[in-house]
Amino acid sequence: MRLIWAVLAVWAIFGFAHADVRLDMTYLLVEQPQPPTLSGLDPLPDTLGIDGAHAGLQDNITTGRFLGHNYGLDVVRVPVGGDAVAAAQAVLGTTQIVVMDAPADILLQIADLPDARGAVLLNVAAEDVALRAENCRANILHTVPSVAMRTDALAQFFVKKRWDDLVMIVGEHPGDVAYADAMLRSLQKFGLKLSGQKTWAFDADMRRNAAQEVPLFTQDFGDYNALIVADELGDFGRYIIYNTWQARPVVGSEGLTAVTWSPVVEQWGAAQLQSRFTDEFRRSMAQKDYAAWAAVRAVGEAVTRTNSNDPATLRSYMLSDQFELAGFKGRPLTFRTWNGQLRQPIPLVHPRALVAQAPLEGFLHQRTELDTLGLDQPESNCTEFAQ
Amino acid sequence: MIRMTLALMIAALPAVADEIWVSNEKDDTVSVIDIETLEVIQTYPTGERPRGITFSKDFSRLYICASDSDTVQVMDPNTGEILFDLPSGEDPEQFVLHPDDRHLYIANEDDAITTVVDTETRKVVAQIDVGIEPEGMAVSPDGKIAITTSETTNMAHWIDTSTQELFANTLVDSRPRHAEFAKDGTELWVSSEIGGTITVFNVADQSEIAKIDFNVTGVHPDRVQPVGFEFTNGDTYAFVALGPSNHVAVVNAQTYEVEDYVLVGRRVWHMDFNADKSQLFTTNGVSGDVTVIDVASRKPIKTIKVGRFPWGAAFRPTD
Repeated sequence: MRLIWAVLAVWAIFGFAHADVRLDMTYLLVEQPQPPTLSGLDPLPDTLGIDGAHAGLQDNITTGRFLGHNYGLDVVRVPVGGDAVAAAQAVLGTTQIVVMDAPADILLQIADLPDARGAVLLNVAAEDVALRAENCRANILHTVPSVAMRTDALAQFFVKKRWDDLVMIVGEHPGDVAYADAMLRSLQKFGLKLSGQKTWAFDADMRRNAAQEVPLFTQDFGDYNALIVADELGDFGRYIIYNTWQARPVVGSEGLTAVTWSPVVEQWGAAQLQSRFTDEFRRSMAQKDYAAWAAVRAVGEAVTRTNSNDPATLRSYMLSDQFELAGFKGRPLTFRTWNGQLRQPIPLVHPRALVAQAPLEGFLHQRTELDTLGLDQPESNCTEFAQ
Repeated sequence: MIRMTLALMIAALPAVADEIWVSNEKDDTVSVIDIETLEVIQTYPTGERPRGITFSKDFSRLYICASDSDTVQVMDPNTGEILFDLPSGEDPEQFVLHPDDRHLYIANEDDAITTVVDTETRKVVAQIDVGIEPEGMAVSPDGKIAITTSETTNMAHWIDTSTQELFANTLVDSRPRHAEFAKDGTELWVSSEIGGTITVFNVADQSEIAKIDFNVTGVHPDRVQPVGFEFTNGDTYAFVALGPSNHVAVVNAQTYEVEDYVLVGRRVWHMDFNADKSQLFTTNGVSGDVTVIDVASRKPIKTIKVGRFPWGAAFRPTD
């Protein structure tokens, strides 16, 4: 018996040595100017997203230890006004697998670099629908949900609650407008009516006078089932809640929100990921952290299963039927083969609890209910993935 | 008055029927089910977030993984009294008692460690680095191999119990949850919750013999999530809890084919049999109850309300 153990031990060690694979990734952060907001209650951590990537890296390293797989992660920051494309050029010279924390226009410029042709760029920041449609690129995979996935999740909730008469307040930031556009598309998709829409263009300090201004501002909406707030920067939305003329729920960017991730997600083993993250980084795990964690883990999972660090091999595995990522959302996460979007459930939360998780029961799809969220194959005019 | 005295006398009498013990993860209690009457006869307080539970070989002690109390509690099942706490490492989730009736192999979910505790000296004997979120635990019948499965690393880690060191690591599908040795220790079965499969290994060389898929009519494959499972007499069949599909699968352990699906409560987790294995008791996390399945007919016969989020189940004979 002892001999057998000895043989097994030798086999195991030999097996490990044989499988040595090293994978280096870079997290490329293209810093964006932060527009001012009315409240200073929620400062953004300087390492938003980056900490998530490091959490994923730790998970990969622990797994890789048993297989002779090693992982590294560099962080490159491009300051506001810096040359992001030049920085990306330099990064692509050393590693072809890059976690991209950049706005859509810069992401596309980088994706179109000749040096990026065979690269795998993992988008963790840009929610733009166009990146999953006409502006898709074969070398970009998205672990952050499109804004349409998030607005579809809320629209499903409206249907379930029979809130079919909605009104919306939209901020002036481009992100607010994009959110409102996606919401309009979702309402149409699920047969819901928007009976009023107003633009928030106040420049008053709402901390002082929300109680006076907001009731008047919302009075001419008349009656409705729920008020949608499109305020993706967190500027004015927080002052709408409890100040509306009609006593109606506030949803959208504030109140009941559809998110990639939230500290209140604890089911499906999520409590473990949350506590690992909090122990390590001394803050709670935010949406971008989750997208970055999922990006790094998706690559790690592909390395584990293919025993390879070749970007083309990893990409084709990630887009194959074999790939599945256990993402603490109760279902395996997979990539849409038509536009590289990571399919994922979308939690609907308020600051204290998970309310529901989309796709909601009853929203059916011939492939997977997850494809009721965001751009389904016939809706996406992306052709880059066809080859 | 007479009736009251009688009631008091009955309550004071030691239980005569066999029992199923159930840990209630979000109530910090264990419920005791009388197998004759199929009713809860006792509820005892435990530490925080009790999950894995198992009895000593003579059933004189109940070991409880009190996950959020970071300890394994030892309860006197006759009184419900916590006798003492064992060191367990952080966040013990599941464990298995070695055939020597003395060593507990404990999965420390938050620490990527398997802790080995001597229940006599009450000391930690070894800590073994394993993958992320270790959960499923098993020991071979001869006691020579212990298994830890790690949920995020997606592996079964094979531990040589003579050295307390890993001698093999085998990949399985996503989020392995539970492991059991079968057929006199010649096979190892590992369930993968997110992968939706059970992988069967040949223990002699850790090679994969079979992979079992599940297909519940009307439920999307993503929601068919195998977690806990147990074998019937002679390891003829495995009953496999399928989580949020709310079904238990009956797997022919010779052909590795699924023969039946039994409807149970919501998000079924773990299970245990009665003495002759004619009845199976499943814990249903979301619905907060236990389903009793008649093994021969493969039909659910009763639902028993227990505490919030029942997790583990353990059988205790009382004669």
